[in-house]
Parts: sequence; C-alpha cells; structure tokens
Amino acid sequence: MIDVQHITKRYGDKLALDDVSFGVRLGEVLGLLGLNGAGKSTAMNIITGFIGATRGTVTVGGHDVVQEPIEAKRLIGYLPERLAFYGDMRVREYLDFVCDLKGVKQGRAEHVAGICEQVGIAHMTSRLVRNMSKGYRQRLGFAQALVGDPQVLILDEPTAGLDPSQIVEIRALIQHLGETRAVMISSHILSEIQAVCNRIVVLHEGRVMADDTPENLTTALRASHQLVARILGLPEDVEAALSRVDQITTLKMLGQREANAYEYLIEGPEGSDIRVEVFRALAEADLPLLDARGKETSLERVFLRLVDQPVAEVA
Amino acid sequence: MRAILKREFRAYFQSPLGYVFFSAMFFFSGYYFFTYNLYGSTTNMTKLFELLFPVVLFLVPVLTMRLLSEEKRLGTDQLLLTAPVSRTAIVVGKYLAAVAVFCIAIAATLLQAVVMSLFAWPDWPVIIGNFTGLLLLGVTLIAICLFLSSLTESQLVAAILGFVVSLFLMLIDALAVVVSGDLLRSILRGLSFGDRYTPFTIGVLELPNVIFFLSTSFLFLALTVVMLDKERWS
Repeated sequence: MIDVQHITKRYGDKLALDDVSFGVRLGEVLGLLGLNGAGKSTAMNIITGFIGATRGTVTVGGHDVVQEPIEAKRLIGYLPERLAFYGDMRVREYLDFVCDLKGVKQGRAEHVAGICEQVGIAHMTSRLVRNMSKGYRQRLGFAQALVGDPQVLILDEPTAGLDPSQIVEIRALIQHLGETRAVMISSHILSEIQAVCNRIVVLHEGRVMADDTPENLTTALRASHQLVARILGLPEDVEAALSRVDQITTLKMLGQREANAYEYLIEGPEGSDIRVEVFRALAEADLPLLDARGKETSLERVFLRLVDQPVAEVA
Repeated sequence: MRAILKREFRAYFQSPLGYVFFSAMFFFSGYYFFTYNLYGSTTNMTKLFELLFPVVLFLVPVLTMRLLSEEKRLGTDQLLLTAPVSRTAIVVGKYLAAVAVFCIAIAATLLQAVVMSLFAWPDWPVIIGNFTGLLLLGVTLIAICLFLSSLTESQLVAAILGFVVSLFLMLIDALAVVVSGDLLRSILRGLSFGDRYTPFTIGVLELPNVIFFLSTSFLFLALTVVMLDKERWS
C-alpha cells in the first residue's frame, strides 16, 4: 500500500533523509524507529504529502503523492506528532469538519459515533476541544485519523501523552486495525514498537539502518559468543569443567541465584558459537544447566548497536 | 472547498472578529447614511459609498489577517494540507468565507436604499453601480490581504502589511499627480484603485474596471496558492 522509493530530503545544508526506501503491505504494522531527529516525522510528512521530498517518489495505493495527491490522501489517515486543533470547536463539530474534508457523507453519524466509541471519547462529544486534557486530545487526533475508514494509517508517536492504561488500549486498537490495513507508526519507545509491529525500519541520521521483523533483528544481532548460564553445582567444579573448553576466553561468576546454583557470564572469541561446547562440558561433569540465554536479547540493545550508541554493560 | 468555507464562515462568529467587523461596517454606513441621506434629505447615496472606500481599505485587513497566518502559527494547516483537498480549494474556501462576511456587512447599504425607497425614489442604477464597485473593491482587497496572510505566522504582521497596502492604494492617486516622468505616472495611474472605483460611484459600469478588479483578485489568489505550495518544497 505504501511504497517509498529512494527519498531524500534536504533542509538547506542539513540532510534530513538520505535515500530512504521501504514499503508497507496491507495487514502489516510497520514501526519506524529512531532517536529524536532521525527523520521519522519527516518521512511521515512526505508520505502524507505535507512536505515534498527533494528526491525520490512515494506512492500510496498506487497513487503518487505528488502527481495524484487527492487520490493518495483519500487513502490515508494521519495522526501527526503534534496535531493542532481548532480550540473553538467541539469534539463532534471537529469530527464533522474532518468528515467534510474527507468527503464522508453517508452514515456519518454512525461512523463518527463508532470511532468515538473505539477511541474512548464517546462521552465527550460536546466538549470544547480546548478544554480537553492532553490524553483526550491525543485520542481525538486518533479519531480524526480514523475518519473515512482509511486503508492506510500513519501514526506519529500515537501514544504520546497517554497514561499507561490508555497506552495499552491504543496499542490493542492499533494491532486490531493493522489486521486489515497498512499501518505505520513511529516511536522512539522500543517496547511500543516491539508490542505492536510486525516489521521495524530503524532510521538513524536520515538513513535506514535496518528493515526486518523484531525477532529477526534480535536474533541477527544476538551474540552467540556470549552466554549467561545458571548452573547447579559448586563454583570450583564449574570452573574446572569449563576450563577444558578451549574456546572460552572469559568466565565470570555473576552471583548465586538459587540454592547451590550460580550464574556465570561465559565468553568466547567474537564470532564464535560456544553454546554446544559449554553444554557438553557441563553434561560430562554432571553439572545441570538450569538456564542459559544469549547476552543480547532485548531490542533496546539491538537498536543501540544499530545506531552506534554506547551499550551499558548489564548481566 | 465547501468544508473550508463552512468552517471559516462559522469561525468568524465563534470569535469576536466577525462581530467587530460587522459593528464597524454598520456603524460607518449607518453614520454616513444618517448624516448625508437622512439629515441631508437626499436619495443620492454616492457620498456614502465614496466615504466607505477608505473604511473598507482599513477594515478588510482585520477581516483577513488570521485566515492563513493563524493556521500556520497554530499548526492547524497540517490537517488541511494532508486532507484530500487541493491547495487551491483551501485558498478559495477561505477567500469565499471572507467574501461572504464582507457581502453581509455591505448589504446594510442596500437595506438603507430599500428603506429610502419606501418614502422616496432613489436612483437605483447609481446605487447598484456603487454597490457593485464596493463589492469589487472588497473582494479584490480580500484576495490581496489573504496573500499577505500567507506570508507570515503573525496575525499582527499580516494586518500591518494589509494597512500598508491600503495606505499605498489611498495615496497612489496623490502620488501620481506629483511624480515626474510619464512612465511612472502611468504605472501609478494603472495601479490606482480610486480611479477604477470612481466611475462606479456615478453609476457607470465600465467593463475594463470590472476586469481590473476581478483579474487582480485572481492574480493574488493564484499567488497565495503558489505560496502554500512553495512552503511544501522549501
């Protein structure tokens, strides 16, 4: 549904996006992940036709956003990062205005009522927008994006300003909507991206650093040469058993975790896979392996590696 | 476009702006009507329309100052520019909303003529000519001021720019008399709104004058669309 091809955006001397390409299919929730200033909002603003790209093309549903803007925009529901409202309007009035803009005519009352119900503002339709809290304004922003039942949803930081219970609700709604639509969300909150997205595009300084599923990204960058293992037995026996594995370069006890069970950080040379050898050595010494995990398992670490930021050492 | 027109028209009455504009227009037209027609015992409304010329020049910038500048300042333009609506429709919708408010405001002069016609015989062709002239002056000035509003995020700056343009249009006739050089004089004469407006006040409807006002409106509306589009690529 969304096809971004080699877009570059320049603001004077600053290169905001540099040859960025990716696509989003129907039934897919794509997460655009990056630090502040990575180019996420710029990419979204280009896709929605708010600003133009210096180079490259964007098509939505087969319509070029520059050549056929009206057709392309008709397919898009957009929640910008900082959506501004006409404060003098009431919620119902505002959504009616958005319906007018998007040309929604038939069954408008039911449509708007359904959306208000979905995003949890059904009890506030006669409230003045300027009197709403930040969280409710964000919900209203979400509601206006859903007007016209668009096939493509572009949501820039959709849960910003919401409280934890609202975040859970909105995430569930995004996942539900993503089953039948092409959804693109941006965030610098990794847990959010991990919770709702099927695919992740990592942007850093305007360039695509990765484009894959959250699982693949984590697996690809997991360090197989580093292992955190919980082993039942005396530390001396464990050290003696593992000293027979040539590949191990570092063995560090992290502490006692259970009765007679200690956790160790075991490292081999970069690029090696020490898991099989460690398992065999412990089995031969009759030392039960209670738990073992690769050292890098969180998307946070993967992300920081991709964008080349320092990773704090944790066990 | 209808959505924008509806929203803008309604916005004039959800803030004091529309009421202030109406009050000022009704005050001046009512005052001049009382002074020159009722007190002066004449059905000739030419003087009233002549005096409304500078009033319109100074009130229209107030009417248009927020149209685009406010959207830019608040960021509400993002909704409009990402909706399936062309930039031309946005500009024309806002323009027509201001024109509609202006029409209602100057309709008071027609009401005054109707009231007069109950007791006397007003010269309707002259009144219609005057009204057409005032309408054309207003719609042209609204187009110019809408363009000025697209240049800035500040309502105040947009209004000041509008007043400067209005002042220039008022002084241009006097300037044309004193400048030396035929070319400069003819340029100033060509730009004069007063010269184009005067024939309407005596009931003369000259097609070139109508075309002048309409084409100037069109030019500034087109420039406003270009400005909106330019921002997209800057």
